[in-house]
Amino acid sequence: MGELIDAVVYAMPFLMGGLGTTLLVSLITVVLSLVTGVVLGVALIYGPQPVRWVIRLLTDCIRGIPILVLIFAVYYGLPPLGLNLSSFWAAVFALSLFKTAQVIEYVRGAVSSIPRGQMEAAKSIGLIFPQRLRYVIFPQATRRFLPPWVNGVTDAVKGSALVSLLGVVDLMQAINQVIGRTYEPMPLYLLGAVMYFVINYSLSSLSRVLERRYAYIKE
Amino acid sequence: MSAIPLLKISRLTKSFGTNQVLKSVDLEVTAGEVVTVIGPSGGGKTTLLRCVNFLEAYDGGSIKIDGREVGYTDNAGGKKRGEVDLAAMRAETGMVFQSFNLFPHLNAEQNVMLGLRQVRKKPHKEALEIARHWLDRVGLSHKTGSLPSELSGGQQQRVGIARAVAMDPKILLLDEITSALDPELVNEVLDVVRQLASDGMTMLIVTHEIAFARDASHRIVFVADGSVSAQGKPDELMAEVANNERLRSFLSRFSATAH
Ligand SMILES: Nc1ncnc2c1ncn2[C@@H]1O[C@H](COP(=O)(O)OP(=O)(O)OP(=O)(O)O)[C@@H](O)[C@H]1O
Ligand SMILES: [Mg+2]
Repeated sequence: MGELIDAVVYAMPFLMGGLGTTLLVSLITVVLSLVTGVVLGVALIYGPQPVRWVIRLLTDCIRGIPILVLIFAVYYGLPPLGLNLSSFWAAVFALSLFKTAQVIEYVRGAVSSIPRGQMEAAKSIGLIFPQRLRYVIFPQATRRFLPPWVNGVTDAVKGSALVSLLGVVDLMQAINQVIGRTYEPMPLYLLGAVMYFVINYSLSSLSRVLERRYAYIKE
Repeated sequence: MSAIPLLKISRLTKSFGTNQVLKSVDLEVTAGEVVTVIGPSGGGKTTLLRCVNFLEAYDGGSIKIDGREVGYTDNAGGKKRGEVDLAAMRAETGMVFQSFNLFPHLNAEQNVMLGLRQVRKKPHKEALEIARHWLDRVGLSHKTGSLPSELSGGQQQRVGIARAVAMDPKILLLDEITSALDPELVNEVLDVVRQLASDGMTMLIVTHEIAFARDASHRIVFVADGSVSAQGKPDELMAEVANNERLRSFLSRFSATAH
Protein backbone atom coordinates (compact mmCIF):
# COMPACT_ATOMS: atom_id res chain seq x y z
CA MET A 1 0.00 0.00 0.00
CA GLY A 2 2.80 2.38 0.95
CA GLU A 3 4.61 1.60 -2.28
CA LEU A 4 1.50 2.29 -4.24
CA ILE A 5 1.14 5.73 -2.65
CA ASP A 6 4.81 6.44 -3.27
CA ALA A 7 4.41 5.53 -6.91
CA VAL A 8 1.40 7.77 -7.26
CA VAL A 9 3.08 10.69 -5.51
CA TYR A 10 6.12 10.32 -7.71
CA ALA A 11 4.03 10.11 -10.86
CA MET A 12 1.55 12.88 -10.10
CA PRO A 13 3.48 15.90 -11.44
CA PHE A 14 4.17 14.12 -14.73
CA LEU A 15 0.61 12.99 -15.08
CA MET A 16 -0.72 16.46 -14.35
CA GLY A 17 1.41 17.87 -17.12
CA GLY A 18 0.11 15.19 -19.46
CA LEU A 19 -3.44 15.76 -18.29
CA GLY A 20 -3.05 19.45 -19.15
CA THR A 21 -2.03 18.55 -22.69
CA THR A 22 -4.88 16.06 -23.03
CA LEU A 23 -7.39 18.70 -21.94
CA LEU A 24 -5.84 21.32 -24.22
CA VAL A 25 -5.89 19.00 -27.24
CA SER A 26 -9.49 18.03 -26.48
CA LEU A 27 -10.58 21.61 -25.98
CA ILE A 28 -9.05 22.91 -29.20
CA THR A 29 -10.39 19.95 -31.14
CA VAL A 30 -13.86 20.38 -29.75
CA VAL A 31 -14.04 24.13 -30.33
CA LEU A 32 -12.55 24.02 -33.84
CA SER A 33 -14.78 21.16 -34.92
CA LEU A 34 -17.87 22.76 -33.41
CA VAL A 35 -17.39 26.03 -35.27
CA THR A 36 -16.43 24.57 -38.64
CA GLY A 37 -18.89 21.69 -38.28
CA VAL A 38 -21.85 23.99 -37.67
CA VAL A 39 -20.92 26.26 -40.56
CA LEU A 40 -20.40 23.36 -42.96
CA GLY A 41 -23.43 21.50 -41.63
CA VAL A 42 -25.65 24.50 -42.36
CA ALA A 43 -24.05 24.84 -45.80
CA LEU A 44 -24.74 21.15 -46.41
CA ILE A 45 -28.45 21.69 -45.85
CA TYR A 46 -29.08 25.16 -47.22
CA GLY A 47 -26.11 25.75 -49.54
CA PRO A 48 -26.17 25.62 -53.34
CA GLN A 49 -25.82 22.18 -54.91
CA PRO A 50 -22.07 22.32 -55.75
CA VAL A 51 -21.24 23.36 -52.18
CA ARG A 52 -23.27 20.44 -50.87
CA TRP A 53 -21.44 17.99 -53.11
CA VAL A 54 -18.06 19.22 -51.94
CA ILE A 55 -19.02 18.95 -48.26
CA ARG A 56 -20.54 15.50 -48.78
CA LEU A 57 -17.38 14.32 -50.51
CA LEU A 58 -15.22 15.74 -47.73
CA THR A 59 -17.19 14.16 -44.89
CA ASP A 60 -17.47 10.82 -46.67
CA CYS A 61 -13.71 10.75 -47.23
CA ILE A 62 -12.87 11.67 -43.65
CA ARG A 63 -15.33 9.20 -42.20
CA GLY A 64 -14.00 6.48 -44.45
CA ILE A 65 -10.46 6.80 -43.12
CA PRO A 66 -9.48 5.30 -39.74
CA ILE A 67 -8.49 8.13 -37.42
CA LEU A 68 -5.08 6.58 -36.91
CA VAL A 69 -4.39 6.75 -40.64
CA LEU A 70 -5.73 10.29 -40.74
CA ILE A 71 -3.26 11.39 -38.06
CA PHE A 72 -0.27 9.97 -39.91
CA ALA A 73 -1.56 11.22 -43.23
CA VAL A 74 -1.71 14.76 -41.86
CA TYR A 75 1.63 14.48 -40.09
CA TYR A 76 3.56 13.10 -43.05
CA GLY A 77 1.34 14.42 -45.83
CA LEU A 78 1.28 18.13 -45.12
CA PRO A 79 5.02 19.00 -45.10
CA PRO A 80 5.44 18.00 -48.77
CA LEU A 81 2.58 20.38 -49.50
CA GLY A 82 4.63 23.15 -47.89
CA LEU A 83 2.69 23.15 -44.62
CA ASN A 84 4.94 22.43 -41.67
CA LEU A 85 2.98 21.73 -38.53
CA SER A 86 4.51 20.72 -35.21
CA SER A 87 3.47 17.27 -34.09
CA PHE A 88 1.12 18.89 -31.58
CA TRP A 89 -0.70 20.90 -34.24
CA ALA A 90 -0.64 18.11 -36.78
CA ALA A 91 -2.35 15.87 -34.24
CA VAL A 92 -4.87 18.55 -33.29
CA PHE A 93 -5.58 19.25 -36.96
CA ALA A 94 -6.21 15.58 -37.73
CA LEU A 95 -8.45 15.10 -34.70
CA SER A 96 -10.38 18.26 -35.60
CA LEU A 97 -10.91 17.07 -39.17
CA PHE A 98 -12.28 13.82 -37.86
CA LYS A 99 -14.52 15.54 -35.31
CA THR A 100 -15.72 18.12 -37.84
CA ALA A 101 -17.08 15.36 -40.07
CA GLN A 102 -19.04 14.07 -37.08
CA VAL A 103 -20.36 17.49 -36.11
CA ILE A 104 -21.52 18.09 -39.69
CA GLU A 105 -23.51 14.88 -39.47
CA TYR A 106 -25.05 15.81 -36.09
CA VAL A 107 -26.00 19.25 -37.39
CA ARG A 108 -27.55 17.78 -40.52
CA GLY A 109 -29.56 15.30 -38.46
CA ALA A 110 -30.69 17.87 -35.91
CA VAL A 111 -31.61 20.61 -38.36
CA SER A 112 -33.38 18.39 -40.87
CA SER A 113 -35.50 16.92 -38.07
CA ILE A 114 -37.24 20.28 -37.70
CA PRO A 115 -40.53 20.46 -39.60
CA ARG A 116 -40.41 22.55 -42.80
CA GLY A 117 -43.22 24.73 -41.50
CA GLN A 118 -40.87 26.28 -38.95
CA MET A 119 -38.68 27.79 -41.64
CA GLU A 120 -41.76 28.92 -43.54
CA ALA A 121 -43.34 30.55 -40.50
CA ALA A 122 -40.03 32.29 -39.81
CA LYS A 123 -39.90 33.52 -43.40
CA SER A 124 -43.47 34.72 -43.31
CA ILE A 125 -42.86 37.11 -40.42
CA GLY A 126 -40.01 38.62 -42.38
CA LEU A 127 -36.91 37.19 -40.70
CA ILE A 128 -33.81 37.00 -42.87
CA PHE A 129 -31.84 33.76 -43.14
CA PRO A 130 -29.35 34.27 -40.28
CA GLN A 131 -32.22 35.39 -38.02
CA ARG A 132 -34.25 32.33 -38.95
CA LEU A 133 -31.34 30.13 -37.94
CA ARG A 134 -30.60 31.99 -34.75
CA TYR A 135 -34.09 32.48 -33.37
CA VAL A 136 -36.06 29.59 -34.83
CA ILE A 137 -33.95 26.72 -36.15
CA PHE A 138 -30.96 26.53 -33.81
CA PRO A 139 -32.85 26.72 -30.51
CA GLN A 140 -34.93 23.75 -31.62
CA ALA A 141 -32.08 21.86 -33.25
CA THR A 142 -29.97 22.17 -30.10
CA ARG A 143 -32.17 19.71 -28.29
CA ARG A 144 -31.37 17.00 -30.85
CA PHE A 145 -27.81 18.09 -31.40
CA LEU A 146 -26.63 18.00 -27.78
CA PRO A 147 -26.84 14.32 -26.78
CA PRO A 148 -24.78 12.94 -29.69
CA TRP A 149 -22.46 15.90 -29.58
CA VAL A 150 -21.62 15.58 -25.88
CA ASN A 151 -21.04 11.90 -26.52
CA GLY A 152 -18.72 12.99 -29.26
CA VAL A 153 -16.87 15.25 -26.83
CA THR A 154 -16.12 12.32 -24.53
CA ASP A 155 -14.93 10.46 -27.62
CA ALA A 156 -12.66 13.40 -28.36
CA VAL A 157 -11.12 13.22 -24.89
CA LYS A 158 -10.53 9.49 -25.25
CA GLY A 159 -9.39 9.86 -28.86
CA SER A 160 -6.90 12.54 -27.91
CA ALA A 161 -4.74 9.72 -26.50
CA LEU A 162 -3.81 9.05 -30.14
CA VAL A 163 -1.66 12.19 -30.20
CA SER A 164 0.87 10.23 -28.16
CA LEU A 165 1.61 8.36 -31.38
CA LEU A 166 3.24 11.51 -32.71
CA GLY A 167 5.27 11.88 -29.53
CA VAL A 168 3.10 14.55 -27.95
CA VAL A 169 3.23 14.12 -24.19
CA ASP A 170 -0.41 13.90 -23.22
CA LEU A 171 -1.80 11.97 -20.27
CA MET A 172 -1.35 8.64 -22.04
CA GLN A 173 2.22 9.38 -23.06
CA ALA A 174 3.07 10.72 -19.57
CA ILE A 175 1.83 7.48 -18.05
CA ASN A 176 3.99 5.48 -20.44
CA GLN A 177 7.02 7.61 -19.63
CA VAL A 178 6.61 7.18 -15.89
CA ILE A 179 6.15 3.44 -16.31
CA GLY A 180 9.33 3.45 -18.36
CA ARG A 181 11.14 4.72 -15.28
CA THR A 182 9.35 2.91 -12.45
CA TYR A 183 8.35 -0.39 -14.08
CA GLU A 184 5.05 -0.26 -12.16
CA PRO A 185 2.42 -0.40 -14.89
CA MET A 186 -0.70 -1.42 -12.99
CA PRO A 187 -1.15 1.42 -10.49
CA LEU A 188 -0.35 3.97 -13.16
CA TYR A 189 -2.70 2.63 -15.78
CA LEU A 190 -5.37 2.46 -13.08
CA LEU A 191 -4.70 6.05 -12.12
CA GLY A 192 -4.84 7.10 -15.76
CA ALA A 193 -8.10 5.26 -16.26
CA VAL A 194 -9.56 7.01 -13.21
CA MET A 195 -8.55 10.41 -14.59
CA TYR A 196 -10.10 9.76 -18.00
CA PHE A 197 -13.19 8.43 -16.27
CA VAL A 198 -13.59 11.48 -14.04
CA ILE A 199 -13.41 13.83 -17.02
CA ASN A 200 -15.85 11.85 -19.10
CA TYR A 201 -18.22 11.19 -16.24
CA SER A 202 -18.44 14.92 -15.58
CA LEU A 203 -19.11 15.49 -19.28
CA SER A 204 -21.91 12.97 -19.49
CA SER A 205 -23.48 14.35 -16.30
CA LEU A 206 -23.33 17.76 -17.93
CA SER A 207 -25.05 16.33 -20.99
CA ARG A 208 -27.91 15.01 -18.87
CA VAL A 209 -28.35 18.45 -17.32
CA LEU A 210 -28.41 20.02 -20.79
CA GLU A 211 -30.89 17.46 -22.05
CA ARG A 212 -33.26 18.26 -19.20
CA ARG A 213 -32.82 21.94 -19.86
CA TYR A 214 -34.03 21.51 -23.46
CA ALA A 215 -36.66 18.87 -22.78
CA TYR A 216 -39.45 21.45 -22.69
CA ILE A 217 -39.36 21.93 -26.47
CA LYS A 218 -42.04 19.73 -27.94
CA GLU A 219 -43.30 19.77 -31.46
CA MET B 1 -64.49 48.41 -54.69
CA SER B 2 -63.12 50.26 -57.68
CA ALA B 3 -59.93 51.48 -55.98
CA ILE B 4 -56.45 50.50 -57.16
CA PRO B 5 -55.90 46.89 -56.12
CA LEU B 6 -53.61 46.21 -53.19
CA LEU B 7 -52.85 42.78 -54.58
CA LYS B 8 -52.83 42.24 -58.31
CA ILE B 9 -52.16 38.80 -59.70
CA SER B 10 -52.08 38.46 -63.45
CA ARG B 11 -51.58 35.47 -65.73
CA LEU B 12 -49.83 33.66 -62.88
CA THR B 13 -48.32 30.29 -63.77
CA LYS B 14 -46.54 27.75 -61.66
CA SER B 15 -45.40 24.19 -62.33
CA PHE B 16 -43.90 21.51 -60.16
CA GLY B 17 -41.78 19.63 -62.66
CA THR B 18 -44.15 18.67 -65.47
CA ASN B 19 -47.24 19.24 -63.35
CA GLN B 20 -48.63 22.67 -64.20
CA VAL B 21 -50.51 23.59 -61.05
CA LEU B 22 -51.40 27.21 -61.87
CA LYS B 23 -52.40 27.85 -65.48
CA SER B 24 -52.91 31.58 -65.65
CA VAL B 25 -54.54 32.94 -62.55
CA ASP B 26 -55.91 36.47 -62.52
CA LEU B 27 -57.03 37.90 -59.22
CA GLU B 28 -57.25 41.30 -57.60
CA VAL B 29 -57.82 42.24 -53.99
CA THR B 30 -58.48 45.81 -52.93
CA ALA B 31 -57.57 47.24 -49.55
CA GLY B 32 -60.12 46.28 -46.91
CA GLU B 33 -61.54 43.48 -48.99
CA VAL B 34 -62.05 39.94 -47.75
CA VAL B 35 -61.70 37.42 -50.56
CA THR B 36 -62.16 33.70 -50.03
CA VAL B 37 -60.81 31.08 -52.35
CA ILE B 38 -62.70 27.82 -52.62
CA GLY B 39 -62.27 24.89 -54.93
CA PRO B 40 -61.59 21.18 -55.24
CA SER B 41 -58.60 19.54 -53.61
CA GLY B 42 -55.45 19.77 -55.67
CA GLY B 43 -56.78 22.74 -57.63
CA GLY B 44 -53.84 24.95 -56.66
CA LYS B 45 -55.29 27.09 -53.85
CA THR B 46 -52.43 26.56 -51.43
CA THR B 47 -49.90 27.04 -54.19
CA LEU B 48 -51.54 30.31 -55.16
CA LEU B 49 -51.38 31.60 -51.60
CA ARG B 50 -47.77 30.50 -51.16
CA CYS B 51 -46.77 32.37 -54.29
CA VAL B 52 -48.16 35.59 -52.85
CA ASN B 53 -45.54 35.69 -50.09
CA PHE B 54 -42.99 33.88 -52.24
CA LEU B 55 -42.77 30.73 -50.16
CA GLU B 56 -43.10 29.30 -53.65
CA ALA B 57 -41.32 30.93 -56.58
CA TYR B 58 -43.66 31.33 -59.54
CA ASP B 59 -42.70 30.81 -63.17
CA GLY B 60 -44.71 33.31 -65.16
CA GLY B 61 -47.13 36.20 -64.94
CA SER B 62 -46.97 38.70 -62.16
CA ILE B 63 -47.91 39.28 -58.53
CA LYS B 64 -47.87 42.86 -57.37
CA ILE B 65 -48.49 44.18 -53.88
CA ASP B 66 -48.90 47.93 -53.83
CA GLY B 67 -47.42 48.02 -57.29
CA ARG B 68 -44.23 46.13 -56.40
CA GLU B 69 -43.48 42.77 -57.99
CA VAL B 70 -43.31 40.04 -55.34
CA GLY B 71 -40.12 38.01 -55.17
CA TYR B 72 -38.51 39.20 -58.39
CA THR B 73 -36.82 42.53 -59.02
CA ASP B 74 -38.44 42.77 -62.43
CA ASN B 75 -40.51 39.95 -63.87
CA ALA B 76 -41.26 36.34 -63.07
CA GLY B 77 -38.43 33.90 -63.60
CA GLY B 78 -35.98 36.83 -63.71
CA LYS B 79 -33.66 38.03 -61.01
CA LYS B 80 -34.86 37.21 -57.51
CA ARG B 81 -34.89 39.86 -54.85
CA GLY B 82 -32.09 39.76 -52.31
CA GLU B 83 -32.65 38.18 -48.91
CA VAL B 84 -33.23 41.47 -47.09
CA ASP B 85 -35.58 42.87 -49.73
CA LEU B 86 -37.51 39.60 -49.85
CA ALA B 87 -37.85 39.46 -46.07
CA ALA B 88 -39.08 43.05 -45.98
CA MET B 89 -41.78 42.18 -48.53
CA ARG B 90 -42.81 39.09 -46.59
CA ALA B 91 -43.18 41.15 -43.44
CA GLU B 92 -45.93 43.03 -45.29
CA THR B 93 -47.92 39.86 -45.95
CA GLY B 94 -49.03 37.98 -42.87
CA MET B 95 -49.57 34.26 -43.20
CA VAL B 96 -51.51 31.84 -41.03
CA PHE B 97 -50.90 28.15 -41.62
CA GLN B 98 -53.12 25.11 -41.59
CA SER B 99 -50.74 23.40 -39.16
CA PHE B 100 -50.23 26.55 -37.01
CA ASN B 101 -46.42 26.38 -37.22
CA LEU B 102 -45.94 28.15 -33.92
CA PHE B 103 -42.37 28.24 -32.64
CA PRO B 104 -42.46 25.46 -30.02
CA HIS B 105 -39.58 26.82 -27.93
CA LEU B 106 -41.25 30.20 -27.44
CA ASN B 107 -44.35 30.98 -25.40
CA ALA B 108 -47.39 32.69 -26.90
CA GLU B 109 -46.11 36.17 -26.13
CA GLN B 110 -42.62 35.43 -27.48
CA ASN B 111 -44.08 33.92 -30.64
CA VAL B 112 -45.84 37.19 -31.36
CA MET B 113 -42.91 39.34 -30.27
CA LEU B 114 -40.20 37.73 -32.39
CA GLY B 115 -41.07 39.56 -35.61
CA LEU B 116 -41.81 42.78 -33.76
CA ARG B 117 -38.39 42.73 -32.11
CA GLN B 118 -36.19 41.40 -34.91
CA VAL B 119 -37.98 42.68 -38.02
CA ARG B 120 -39.86 45.75 -36.87
CA LYS B 121 -37.04 46.56 -34.43
CA LYS B 122 -39.47 47.59 -31.70
CA PRO B 123 -38.05 48.08 -28.21
CA HIS B 124 -38.87 45.24 -25.83
CA LYS B 125 -41.50 47.13 -23.90
CA GLU B 126 -43.41 48.25 -26.97
CA ALA B 127 -43.21 44.80 -28.59
CA LEU B 128 -44.56 43.27 -25.40
CA GLU B 129 -47.45 45.73 -25.33
CA ILE B 130 -48.37 45.00 -28.96
CA ALA B 131 -48.12 41.24 -28.36
CA ARG B 132 -50.35 41.43 -25.29
CA HIS B 133 -52.80 43.64 -27.13
CA TRP B 134 -53.21 41.11 -29.94
CA LEU B 135 -53.29 38.09 -27.68
CA ASP B 136 -56.03 39.87 -25.81
CA ARG B 137 -57.85 40.55 -29.08
CA VAL B 138 -57.84 36.84 -29.94
CA GLY B 139 -59.07 36.01 -26.44
CA LEU B 140 -55.83 34.69 -24.98
CA SER B 141 -54.86 37.31 -22.43
CA HIS B 142 -54.71 34.53 -19.83
CA LYS B 143 -52.33 32.39 -21.90
CA THR B 144 -49.55 34.81 -22.80
CA GLY B 145 -46.93 32.75 -20.97
CA SER B 146 -47.98 29.35 -22.27
CA LEU B 147 -45.89 27.26 -24.61
CA PRO B 148 -47.63 26.04 -27.78
CA SER B 149 -47.55 22.48 -26.39
CA GLU B 150 -49.68 23.70 -23.48
CA LEU B 151 -52.40 25.15 -25.73
CA SER B 152 -55.34 23.55 -27.52
CA GLY B 153 -55.38 23.58 -31.32
CA GLY B 154 -57.85 26.45 -31.41
CA GLN B 155 -55.72 28.45 -28.99
CA GLN B 156 -52.57 27.72 -30.97
CA GLN B 157 -54.20 28.90 -34.15
CA ARG B 158 -55.34 32.10 -32.46
CA VAL B 159 -51.73 32.72 -31.42
CA GLY B 160 -50.83 32.09 -35.07
CA ILE B 161 -53.27 34.79 -36.11
CA ALA B 162 -51.98 37.19 -33.45
CA ARG B 163 -48.41 36.56 -34.62
CA ALA B 164 -49.36 37.47 -38.18
CA VAL B 165 -51.52 40.53 -37.55
CA ALA B 166 -49.20 42.00 -34.91
CA MET B 167 -46.76 42.72 -37.75
CA ASP B 168 -49.38 45.08 -39.17
CA PRO B 169 -49.32 43.48 -42.63
CA LYS B 170 -50.97 44.99 -45.67
CA ILE B 171 -52.69 41.71 -46.38
CA LEU B 172 -53.30 38.54 -44.42
CA LEU B 173 -53.14 35.12 -46.08
CA LEU B 174 -55.04 32.29 -44.41
CA ASP B 175 -54.74 28.74 -45.72
CA GLU B 176 -57.40 26.42 -44.36
CA ILE B 177 -56.65 27.58 -40.88
CA THR B 178 -59.40 25.52 -39.26
CA SER B 179 -59.03 22.23 -41.09
CA ALA B 180 -56.61 20.75 -38.54
CA LEU B 181 -59.00 21.57 -35.69
CA ASP B 182 -61.58 19.51 -33.88
CA PRO B 183 -65.05 20.66 -35.01
CA GLU B 184 -65.88 22.26 -31.65
CA LEU B 185 -62.79 24.50 -31.91
CA VAL B 186 -63.48 25.80 -35.42
CA ASN B 187 -65.79 28.60 -34.42
CA GLU B 188 -63.53 30.28 -31.89
CA VAL B 189 -60.99 30.71 -34.69
CA LEU B 190 -63.48 31.79 -37.35
CA ASP B 191 -64.90 34.36 -34.93
CA VAL B 192 -61.48 35.96 -34.68
CA VAL B 193 -61.30 36.12 -38.48
CA ARG B 194 -64.77 37.71 -38.63
CA GLN B 195 -63.59 40.30 -36.10
CA LEU B 196 -60.56 41.12 -38.24
CA ALA B 197 -62.79 41.40 -41.29
CA SER B 198 -65.07 43.89 -39.60
CA ASP B 199 -61.99 45.89 -38.56
CA GLY B 200 -61.13 46.27 -42.22
CA MET B 201 -58.19 43.87 -42.48
CA THR B 202 -57.49 42.87 -46.08
CA MET B 203 -57.58 39.10 -46.32
CA LEU B 204 -57.15 36.34 -48.84
CA ILE B 205 -58.63 33.21 -47.33
CA VAL B 206 -58.52 29.65 -48.58
CA THR B 207 -61.23 27.64 -46.89
CA HIS B 208 -63.43 24.59 -47.12
CA GLU B 209 -65.97 26.23 -44.80
CA ILE B 210 -68.46 27.26 -47.46
CA ALA B 211 -70.92 28.72 -44.96
CA PHE B 212 -68.16 30.88 -43.52
CA ALA B 213 -67.08 31.97 -47.02
CA ARG B 214 -70.65 33.03 -47.78
CA ASP B 215 -71.25 35.10 -44.70
CA ALA B 216 -67.78 36.53 -44.04
CA SER B 217 -66.40 37.49 -47.43
CA HIS B 218 -66.96 40.28 -49.90
CA ARG B 219 -66.07 38.06 -52.78
CA ILE B 220 -65.66 34.35 -53.37
CA VAL B 221 -63.24 33.02 -55.96
CA PHE B 222 -63.68 29.51 -57.26
CA VAL B 223 -60.33 28.03 -58.27
CA ALA B 224 -60.31 24.76 -60.14
CA ASP B 225 -57.66 23.13 -62.27
CA GLY B 226 -55.18 25.93 -61.82
CA SER B 227 -57.26 28.92 -62.79
CA VAL B 228 -60.14 31.07 -61.60
CA SER B 229 -63.24 29.36 -62.86
CA ALA B 230 -65.81 31.72 -61.38
CA GLN B 231 -65.93 34.61 -58.94
CA GLY B 232 -68.27 37.20 -57.53
CA LYS B 233 -70.08 38.39 -54.44
CA PRO B 234 -71.30 35.37 -52.48
CA ASP B 235 -74.86 35.48 -53.83
CA GLU B 236 -73.61 36.24 -57.37
CA LEU B 237 -71.37 33.21 -57.23
CA MET B 238 -74.18 31.01 -55.99
CA ALA B 239 -76.23 32.23 -58.95
CA GLU B 240 -73.35 31.15 -61.26
CA VAL B 241 -74.02 27.55 -60.30
CA ALA B 242 -76.61 27.30 -63.06
CA ASN B 243 -74.05 27.82 -65.85
CA ASN B 244 -70.86 26.47 -64.25
CA GLU B 245 -70.81 22.69 -64.16
CA ARG B 246 -67.62 22.38 -62.10
CA LEU B 247 -68.85 24.85 -59.51
CA ARG B 248 -72.14 23.02 -59.31
CA SER B 249 -70.53 19.65 -58.69
CA PHE B 250 -68.11 21.16 -56.18
CA LEU B 251 -70.87 22.90 -54.21
CA SER B 252 -73.25 19.96 -54.34
CA ARG B 253 -70.98 18.25 -51.83
CA PHE B 254 -71.73 21.03 -49.39
CA SER B 255 -75.43 21.23 -50.14
CA ALA B 256 -76.26 20.03 -46.65
CA THR B 257 -74.59 23.13 -45.15
CA ALA B 258 -74.80 25.65 -47.98
CA HIS B 259 -78.31 26.98 -47.49
N1 LIG C 1 -43.99 21.17 -53.27
C1 LIG C 1 -44.67 20.51 -54.22
N2 LIG C 1 -44.02 19.69 -55.08
C2 LIG C 1 -44.68 19.03 -56.04
N3 LIG C 1 -46.01 19.13 -56.27
C3 LIG C 1 -46.71 19.92 -55.45
C4 LIG C 1 -46.09 20.65 -54.39
N4 LIG C 1 -47.03 21.38 -53.75
C5 LIG C 1 -48.19 21.09 -54.37
N5 LIG C 1 -48.01 20.24 -55.39
C6 LIG C 1 -49.04 19.74 -56.30
O1 LIG C 1 -49.74 20.85 -56.80
C7 LIG C 1 -51.12 20.56 -56.95
C8 LIG C 1 -51.92 21.63 -56.24
O2 LIG C 1 -51.68 21.54 -54.86
P1 LIG C 1 -52.28 22.59 -53.83
O3 LIG C 1 -51.78 22.17 -52.50
O4 LIG C 1 -51.97 23.96 -54.27
O5 LIG C 1 -53.84 22.32 -53.97
P2 LIG C 1 -55.01 22.81 -53.03
O6 LIG C 1 -56.01 23.44 -53.93
O7 LIG C 1 -54.48 23.64 -51.92
O8 LIG C 1 -55.59 21.46 -52.47
P3 LIG C 1 -56.24 21.14 -51.04
O9 LIG C 1 -57.64 21.65 -51.08
O10 LIG C 1 -56.19 19.66 -50.94
O11 LIG C 1 -55.41 21.82 -50.00
C9 LIG C 1 -51.33 19.17 -56.41
O12 LIG C 1 -51.38 18.30 -57.51
C10 LIG C 1 -50.08 18.90 -55.60
O13 LIG C 1 -49.75 17.55 -55.66
MG1 LIG D 1 -54.36 23.43 -49.82
